[in-house]
This record gives sequence, C-alpha cells and structure tokens, in this order.
Amino acid sequence: MADIFTKEQISQALSQKHGDTLAKKLSQTCVAVCGLGGLGSNIAMMLTRAGIGKLILIDFDKVELTNLNRQNYFLSQTGMYKTQALADTLSKILPCTDIQTFNEKINALNVKKLLKEADIICEAFDDAAAKSMLADSIFTLFPEKYLVSASGMSGLGSPNDIVTRKITDKFYICGDGISDTDYVKEIFPSKVMLCAAHQVHTVLGIIDMKEGNL
Amino acid sequence: MVTVNGKQLDIAGKNFSEYLSDCGYDRNRIATELNGNILTKSEYDNTILKDNDKVEIVSFVGGG
Repeated sequence: MADIFTKEQISQALSQKHGDTLAKKLSQTCVAVCGLGGLGSNIAMMLTRAGIGKLILIDFDKVELTNLNRQNYFLSQTGMYKTQALADTLSKILPCTDIQTFNEKINALNVKKLLKEADIICEAFDDAAAKSMLADSIFTLFPEKYLVSASGMSGLGSPNDIVTRKITDKFYICGDGISDTDYVKEIFPSKVMLCAAHQVHTVLGIIDMKEGNL
Repeated sequence: MVTVNGKQLDIAGKNFSEYLSDCGYDRNRIATELNGNILTKSEYDNTILKDNDKVEIVSFVGGG
C-alpha cells in the first residue's frame, strides 16, 4: 500500500510542511538515539516524521508490558528487541529514513564505533550514571558533535517545568532537572513525551541553524 | 570570586575535584562547563579555579 506514493511525492509533502531548505538539510543529517525507552522511542518516531536522513538506534533491551504506557511500541511487539520493533514501526510511518540498529549496551569502549557517523546525538537513557558517562565520552571523543541530553521527566509535576537549557554551543539538556526516578517512581506518557519533544525540537533547531552540511 | 551555577563563591585557588567532593557532588552523575567550554572528567583533578571563572555543574537524574 505504501507503494502508492513515490519517494519523490513523500519528499515533496515534507518540503511543503518544513520548507525546502530545512527539509533538504534534514534529509542529509544523521542522528543517533541512545536508549529506546520512553524518550528514545518517541524521539525516533518524531525524527522519522521530520524526514531525517539517517537514524542510528541503539538499545540492548526487549519490549515489556510495563513500557507501553509511554513508549512507542505495540502490545504485539512485547518480547521483541526494541531496535527491531522500532525499526519496523518507523518504516511504516515513512519509509525514507535510513535506519541502522545496534543491539548493544553503550559503554565507554564502544561509543566510538556506535556514534562515529552521527552528526547529532540524543541521549535517552534512564540511568543517571549512564547519561553522565555518555556525555563525557562524547565530549572527549567527539567534541565536534552535538549532544542533546535529558534529565528529569518523572511524576505529575507541571508540564511547564520541562525546559531546554543550552549549556555550551554543542550541549543541550532538556527536562525539569530534578524529578529523579529513584525517588519519584511514577512516570507518565505526557511528561516523557514532552521531554522527548523538547529534544527533537532542539535537534531541528540545530539543523536549521547550521550553514551547509553539519 | 568564582561563579558556580549563578552563585558567587570565594573559592578561587581551589582544586575543582576538591570543590566537587566538598559539595557532595557525585562525579559519576554530572557534566560540567567552565567559561563556555566543557570540562571532561579527566580534567577535574588538574583544574584550579581562578578568579572570575564561571562554572556550570549539571546534575543528571534518572528517568527516560
């Protein structure tokens, strides 16, 4: 059924909504999504809709029933690797994004291999120490790349608590900065997706600002 | 004076690692910026805070 539209038609539809210049830049950009949970699965969905050229999806986990309140998976995908489940879903949303998956846990040793091709990296882990490790590895190995990270999106606090902070020219952090899942156990689809949307909107802004290729 | 997260502190001359320990920061859960540039963890031990330095310490909390 997807074949009723050509790639050219899809590309034109995206240009109509995003503008020719940005649509072209989006199609030439590679974004890595590190962790495919509540943040990462929704980030990947939005970037696919935005017509991003290439996505690198990284997670070692499988889809569980408790993920479905906030993560972009179907009940029928429980038990599947998140990378495979998400790649299937994204290709049904819009088939133009080149998707590369890695079923691996990211650590300081494999960061270089996994992220070398990415222009922009979205950190979407749930563990605070893993977030910090990834940030430090990117700062050390790839100071030229952009990192859009997240911290604090648990609980039912005001949606207006979610903000995006620019720390340096290449490092942004989204979230409320304080709601820690170690203490606030409840996590809701609305606040997680808000935070994911902040990350994606920041990515779009970075791509828009950049002259020429990233 | 050194500005840390917007607050003026009288800590010029202090080692950055020591400052983090004194304040109870877990270096495994933070990212730091000094005068507009990232300070990597490997640089903490050898960084001495100077007068007019501006430091931003970002704490990561769990959830995603």
